Amino acid sequence: MSRKVLIAEDEPSIVTSLEFLLQSNAYEVRVARDGEEAVRLAEAFVPDLVLLDVMMPMKNGFEVCRTIRLNPALVDTKILMLTARGREAERDQGLGAGADGYMTKPFSTKDLLASVKGLLRE
Amino acid sequence: MLETWVVIVTSFAYLGLLFAIAYYADARADAGRSLIASPYIYSLSLAVYATAWTFYGSVGRAAENGVGFLPIYIGPTLMIALWWVVMRKIVRISKQNRITSLADFIASRYGKSALLGGVVTVIAVIGILPYISVQLKAVSASFTTVLQYPELLSAPRHGDVPLVRDTAFWVALILAAFTILFGTRHLDAAEHHEGMVAAIAFESVVKLVAFLAVGAWVSWGLYNGFGDIFARAAADPALRPMLAPLGGAGGDYSSWIWLTILSMLAIMFLPRQFQVTVVENKDEKHLSKAIWLFPLYMLAINVFVLPIAFGGLLHFPRGADADAYVLTLPMSQKQELLALVVFIGGLSAATGMVIVETIALSTMVCNDLVMPVLLRLPGLRLNERRDLTRLLLAIRRGAIVLVLLLGYLYFRLAGEAYALVAIGLISFAAVAQFAPAALGGIFWKGGTRRGALAGLCAGFAVWFYTLLLPAFARSEWLPIGFLQHGPWGIELLKPQALFGVAGLDPTTHAMVWSMLANVGAFVAVSLTWAPGAAEHRQASLFVDVFKRPALPAGASLWRGTAAAPELYDLLSRFVGAPAAEEAFEDYARLRGLELPIARLPADADLVHFVETQLAGVIGAASARIMVASVVKEEAPSLQEVRAMLDEASQIIVYSHRLEQKSQELERATRELRAANERLTEIDRMKDEFVSTVSHELRTPLTSIRAFSEILHDHPGLPEPERARFLGIITKETERLTRLINQILDLSRLESGRVEWRESLVDLREVIRDTLAANSQLFKERDARLEAKLPERVPKVRADLDRIVQVIVNLLSNAAKFVEPGRGRVEVTLVTEDGFVRVDVRDNGPGVAPRDRRVIFDKFRQGGDPLTGKPQGSGLGLHISRHIVEHFGGRIWVSSGASDGADGGACFSFTLPVASGRALERAA
Repeated sequence: MSRKVLIAEDEPSIVTSLEFLLQSNAYEVRVARDGEEAVRLAEAFVPDLVLLDVMMPMKNGFEVCRTIRLNPALVDTKILMLTARGREAERDQGLGAGADGYMTKPFSTKDLLASVKGLLRE
Repeated sequence: MLETWVVIVTSFAYLGLLFAIAYYADARADAGRSLIASPYIYSLSLAVYATAWTFYGSVGRAAENGVGFLPIYIGPTLMIALWWVVMRKIVRISKQNRITSLADFIASRYGKSALLGGVVTVIAVIGILPYISVQLKAVSASFTTVLQYPELLSAPRHGDVPLVRDTAFWVALILAAFTILFGTRHLDAAEHHEGMVAAIAFESVVKLVAFLAVGAWVSWGLYNGFGDIFARAAADPALRPMLAPLGGAGGDYSSWIWLTILSMLAIMFLPRQFQVTVVENKDEKHLSKAIWLFPLYMLAINVFVLPIAFGGLLHFPRGADADAYVLTLPMSQKQELLALVVFIGGLSAATGMVIVETIALSTMVCNDLVMPVLLRLPGLRLNERRDLTRLLLAIRRGAIVLVLLLGYLYFRLAGEAYALVAIGLISFAAVAQFAPAALGGIFWKGGTRRGALAGLCAGFAVWFYTLLLPAFARSEWLPIGFLQHGPWGIELLKPQALFGVAGLDPTTHAMVWSMLANVGAFVAVSLTWAPGAAEHRQASLFVDVFKRPALPAGASLWRGTAAAPELYDLLSRFVGAPAAEEAFEDYARLRGLELPIARLPADADLVHFVETQLAGVIGAASARIMVASVVKEEAPSLQEVRAMLDEASQIIVYSHRLEQKSQELERATRELRAANERLTEIDRMKDEFVSTVSHELRTPLTSIRAFSEILHDHPGLPEPERARFLGIITKETERLTRLINQILDLSRLESGRVEWRESLVDLREVIRDTLAANSQLFKERDARLEAKLPERVPKVRADLDRIVQVIVNLLSNAAKFVEPGRGRVEVTLVTEDGFVRVDVRDNGPGVAPRDRRVIFDKFRQGGDPLTGKPQGSGLGLHISRHIVEHFGGRIWVSSGASDGADGGACFSFTLPVASGRALERAA
């Protein structure tokens, strides 16, 4: 059974690239365009991994991260945060909110896939 | 219960109790645990204002005039509100100069003038005699009334009673003895009479309790409360007019106002009030409590005046002595105990007044009248006598007896003709004469000794002529025709209608004329003759008391030579050797100097110290004479005094400037701190900006990098897929370029490095051209673009390219937000109020009200989740605002739904119509 990944990202072209990358690596993919949709889909879809953008409308990535971490049904879900603001403080904030990994945009597609595989212990 | 012996024994027991209290308070003071260092005791001692006049006379006056008794209590209540300004200053001055009495105060202010002190003393003694006689009259009348029980007859006329059988005479003697016991145990008048103050405070409680007791009994025992009494009074046609507050029996407006002013001055300048308020004050701060406690006492002791007055009028037949109602009402109902309590209350009101008043007057007589004369009589050789303390005490005791006997004499001569209150008012008017010299002295440096003398004498003369002589005339000691037709038949000089001014009551009439004469003479003479050096110095010390340090100012103005042992001898002659020794030891200790006395430097400081110590015993004027006798002084000339004062004021100016500088420094520090905070804020904003820019650049970069790698890693991608990804790369690269351009543009705009190319712009043409150039944008989105442009619009002065930039920005925003296929964008142009306005209206989702302001800030976009994040840098509107505002216009967004159609946003900007001159310049 293929592993499930939720992409939470509001920038359409980035979504397109991530969707392509993950699907060509045989992941089942869903896309959320804002923070609230991300929370809703995470509960419904129960992904193995969430690729979570920090700057999103409605609810930012940190809030989404904390909400997911409070949900007992999602204890096994890994969270990889993606941010365009490469700051140390933000990295700590993300990890503090319960993220498992953190990547700065722009990223290498190979590094991204390696991180995804690493978090899913493949 | 009201047998003679009971009344007499009770009276003496009460006086004995008073003495015990005084003795105890003195003992406590000697042990260093003062009983009277309390604002409450202080306030109660001020209530010595309420005398037998208040106790018996208020009811008498109310029975005659209704509320006409009130101004006497309203005045002090008004005055005391000003005390923090006026009285605090007097207290501060008096403490610094060890002032012993009102005469001393005035003499001291005007160059320590012995003559002025003497004049004030004479006026005070003559002026106060009627007032003391009131107390004697009240005590003896109440005594006689009580003894006639159960008869209710008024006291018999005194003129025909032999001296030895006249109770008033004995009352005067007993009070004299009692006052001597109280007031002359200590010599230094500037030290506090603690025992006396404690006893006075106790008396204030006794008279208040007694009056409240009889008031409550009349109101609720004899009648059924206030309502009952006033209803009955209103029903009695003879009494009804007295219920009217003004204009009726209560007196007309002018007499209300003058009585109020009169009592405002009395509370300040009655010798006994000056004694308890100033001389006996232990702490300036006590004033602040007295300011509300004293009026409260006044209110309490006046509450029952009208009920008792009306009660008496209703109860007794017309013609009964209203001054005695307080006593006769309980007696008529066989309330013997209450009557006794009232008698003791009245006794306490009278004794309190007499004790303090005679102590104050005897100090004045001794220090300002007798001593200066004695010290100047060479035949007495006082200067050579070793010990003068006994002499001083003897003079004061003699003065006490004299004052009381003179009071008795006045009572015998004139006391019968008037009611209690009328007699008291004569005294009030007398002490009011001190007001111009005293108040002028502490607020006006220009007041001089000659001016004060002239004012006092003029005011006193008028008072004597218009109030005192008529009092004698009415008592048949002077021919009454003098009153009715004027002296020698000259009508204009009629004492109670001077220069034809008739229709005023005698007190008001006297006040108007005497104050006019007093103030006029004081001011005119002060302005005419220049003051001497000593006056100049004292004026400055008094008026600027809050601005100067206490000691040096006075001392530094003295030059001369003296010897310490001589100064010591001088002081010990007046205060006794032990006290003098103690004073010198204190002096040396405070300044870190070595004894023995012979080795003390006899400088200005020591001379000033001795003079101040002496002033506390014999008054400032006498002290000056005594010190001058042992010191070889070179009197500084007026020029020198002025120079020294100038120096002092220079120092004040410097310190003032220093203070200003330090305030400026503080302000500069505050400004620096604020600037620093602003810089920190700007720094933070710059960080924020860099971080946001980095975010905005990284976003397209992320897509570009990702798709480049995908294309690289997946060579076998189907062609349509490749084309789509390459298209994204191209689009994102364009976005990146645009963003970089806008950031550079913004940076130039913000730093003011933009070259504006101004010209006269016809917005109609600009819009038409811009729409044509951008129609492709709308065709792509399948949106309709319409323009409603008027035939002609005035030109504006602006940079054509920049305006095009703004319009394009607004159009591309509109195109971006409208729904593809259904979009409709409308551009309109209107002229109003000197501005041309461009509206770009769309039917997109609109801008939420809370976002309408912020979307013009940097990197702020309207957050509408439904459409996803719009494409754009978030800088376009911000740049547009810069441009529009540069040309004096305004840009804003409102709801596009003005026509009721579906939502939308309406972006508008204005530009001012070019002025005629701008048009000429362009042409």
